[in-house]
Amino acid sequence: MKRTGPSIILWSAIALVGAWALANIAIFRDESINAVWFIVAAICVYLLAYRFYSAWICARVLTLDATRATPAVRLNNNRDYIPTNKWIVFGHHFAAIAGPGPLIGPTLAAQFGYLPGTLWILIGSVLGGCVQDLVVLFCSLRRDGRSLGQMAKDELGPVGGWAAIFGTMMIITVIVAVLGLVVVNAMKNSPWATTTVLGTIPAAMLVGIYLSNIRPGRILEGSIIGLVLLLMCVVGGGWVHGNSTLAPLFDWNAMTCAWFVIIYGFIAAVLPIWLLLAPRDYLSAFLKIGVVILLAFSIMLYAPAIKMPALTQFIDGTGPIFKGDVFPFVFITIACGAISGFHSLIASGTTPKLLSNEADVRMIGYGSMALESFVAIMAMVAACTLEPGVYFAINSPGGVVGKVAGEAVNMINSWGFMVTVEQMQALATQMGEKTLFARTGGAPSLAVGMAAIFSSSFGKNLMAMWYHFAIMFEVLFILTTLDAGTRVGRFILQDCLKTVWKPMGDISSYPVTILSSALFVAAWGYFLIQGVMDPLGGVNILWPLFGIANQLLAGIALSVATGILIKMGKQRHVWVTALPLAWIAIICTWASFEKVFSSNPQIGFLAGATDMASKLAAGTLAPELANVAPQLIVGQRIDAVLTVLFASMLWIVILDMCRISYRFVNGKAVLPLSESAYVSCEAYAVK
Amino acid sequence: MLHKRLLYIWRFLRQLTGDDAYEHYLAHRQCAHTSEPVLTRQKFYLYRLELKSRGVNRCC
Repeated sequence: MKRTGPSIILWSAIALVGAWALANIAIFRDESINAVWFIVAAICVYLLAYRFYSAWICARVLTLDATRATPAVRLNNNRDYIPTNKWIVFGHHFAAIAGPGPLIGPTLAAQFGYLPGTLWILIGSVLGGCVQDLVVLFCSLRRDGRSLGQMAKDELGPVGGWAAIFGTMMIITVIVAVLGLVVVNAMKNSPWATTTVLGTIPAAMLVGIYLSNIRPGRILEGSIIGLVLLLMCVVGGGWVHGNSTLAPLFDWNAMTCAWFVIIYGFIAAVLPIWLLLAPRDYLSAFLKIGVVILLAFSIMLYAPAIKMPALTQFIDGTGPIFKGDVFPFVFITIACGAISGFHSLIASGTTPKLLSNEADVRMIGYGSMALESFVAIMAMVAACTLEPGVYFAINSPGGVVGKVAGEAVNMINSWGFMVTVEQMQALATQMGEKTLFARTGGAPSLAVGMAAIFSSSFGKNLMAMWYHFAIMFEVLFILTTLDAGTRVGRFILQDCLKTVWKPMGDISSYPVTILSSALFVAAWGYFLIQGVMDPLGGVNILWPLFGIANQLLAGIALSVATGILIKMGKQRHVWVTALPLAWIAIICTWASFEKVFSSNPQIGFLAGATDMASKLAAGTLAPELANVAPQLIVGQRIDAVLTVLFASMLWIVILDMCRISYRFVNGKAVLPLSESAYVSCEAYAVK
Repeated sequence: MLHKRLLYIWRFLRQLTGDDAYEHYLAHRQCAHTSEPVLTRQKFYLYRLELKSRGVNRCC
C-alpha cells in the first residue's frame, strides 16, 4: 500500500482507537469495563500487526516472490496438489487450526483475572503464534509441501526429525486425553448433555450414509440435513431431561462417561471414515464458523459488562482451577489461543499444497492465526462476563472447595467472590441441569457464558436450549479432534512400529488397524482415566501436560524455522523467530521444572506422588481415594518422566539448531537448504 | 446485479465445502490425457475422503 494521506490517517486512527481500548482494559480499572473494549482492542491489534509486522516479515525476511510457481501449480494433479482460491484455502486452514483449545484455555486462565490471559493472547499471537504459522507455511511451501518432521530431518538432521515425530505423537496423545476429560465433565450426571452427545453419533452416521450412498458427494445437502438433526438432538435431550423414566438411564457418573469416550474413540477409529468421521467433520466445521460469527455479533449487540477483576489473588499460585503462579502458567494454560505448535503440522500438511500464489502465505499463515486468537479473546470475554463467584463455583473441583454445595459456597465466599447455593441452584435449573457445581474442564462454564450472551441477544426464554446447544457445539468438535487425532496417531505409531516389524506398516490390513488403534486408544485412555480419578479434577494434571507438549512442538517448529532463516542468510532478521523461540524455551522449561520438582504436592508431580503415598501409608486418605491412590501415584510419576522428556527434547532440538547455525555462520559444512528450485509461474500460465 | 452476487456466493460456498469437487474432477479429466477409467461420483467421493484422512487435518 502506498503511503498516501488517507491511508496514513486511517492507520493512525486504528492505532489510536486500539491504544485507547487497551488502556481501558489494562489501566483504567476503577469501574467495571465493557466487553466491547476487548473486541475493539483485539481487532485493532490484529489489524495493525497484520498490516505492518506481517507485511514487513513477508517483504524483508521471507522475501515472498509472487512470480514463483507454487507446488500446487507445478505439481497440480487434482488430488492433493490443487491450486485453490485464497479465500477457500483460508476457510480450510482456519477450520483445520481452530479447535476446542482456544475456547478452553482462556476459560481456565480467567482464574488469574482477565488481564494476564488477554495480554498474552494478544501479544503471544501477533509476535509468536502468527509468526510461527506464517514461517512454517512459507518453509513448507518452498519445499513442495513437506511435513514438519521431514523438514526437521532435511534441515537439522535426524535428531530434529525424530524429535518432531515423537513430539507430534505425544501431543496428540495428551490432547486427546484432556479433550476426552472435557467431554466427560460436560456429560457426567447430565441426562440432557449425555443424550445430546449420544444423539450426534447416529445423526452423523445418517449424514455419512446420505453422502456416500444416497446422494454421493452432495456435501451442502448433507450438511443441512445434519444441522437439522443436530438441533433435534438438542431438543430431544431436553425431552429426555424432563422425562422421569428415561432421565435416570442417562444419568452417568464420570467413570462411566470416561469408558464411553474410550470405547467410542476406538470404534470411531476403526470404522470407515465415510460413516462417522467425515460427516461429523463437515458438521463441526460449519458450526464452528457459524458460532464464532454469532458470538462476535452477540457480544457487540449485547455489550455485556466484564465482572471478573483484572487480577485475582490467585496469581500467587493458589488458584482452585489449577495450581501454579501466573508466571509461567498463564502461558502454558492459554496454549492454542496465543501460540500452538500443533498448527505447524497443519501449515506443513494440506495447506501448502493448495496455495496458488506464494504471496497468499501472509493471509493464510498470519491471518488465520489472528482470527483463531480472536476466538480465544471471545472465550475470555464469555468467561469474564460471568459473576466471578459463579465462575469459580462451576470450575472449582470438589477436591478443592468441598463436595457439599454449602461448603463450596462458603469457601468461594471466603475468597471474596459472592455466590449462594440458591443462586447456583436457580442457574442450574435455568440451564436444565441438576447441578453446576464442580463441572471442571471449561466447557460448562463457557456454555453458561455463551448461553447468557446468546439469550440476551436472541430469545431470553431459551437459556437451557442455548446452554445445551453450546455444549453440543463444543462436544461435536472435541469428538472430531478425538477421532482425527486417534487416526493420525495410529498412522504415526504404525510408521514407527514398522521400523521394528515390517507388517505393522500396512495401513490397509484390518488386524493391524485394530491392533494399532487399540494401542493408541489405550495410551490416551490411560491419561483420561487418571484425570477422572484425580481428586483435583484432572484438569490440574492434564491441561499443563498438554500445554507443555504443545509448546514443545512450537519450540521444534520455531527451531526448524530459525535454522532455515539462518541458512537462507537472514542472520540480521533471525530474531523474528528466535525471539518467540527463546520465550517458549524459557516458559516451557520453567513450567516443566515446576510441574516436576515443585515441593507443593498440588503442583509438582513427584511431590504429589510422595504426598499421596505417605498419606496412604498413614491411612489418612478417604476410603474412595485410598482405592485409586496406587494408580494415581504411578500416574503422577509417569507424568513427571514425560514432562522431563518433553523439556529435554526441546533443548536437544534447540542446541542442535544452534550447532548447525554456528557451523553455517563460520563457513563449515552443513546440510544444504532443501528448497526446491525457482520456476516462474509464467511457465504454467494458461496458454 | 444482486442475482450475480448471489450466484457468486453460492459458487464460493460450493467450492469451500467441496460440493463441486466432482465437477472439477470431470473437467480436469477432459484436459488430462490418461487411460485411467473415470471414477463414478461415489467412488470419487470415497477416494477423496481416504486421501484427506492420511495427514493431520484437525487441530486442538
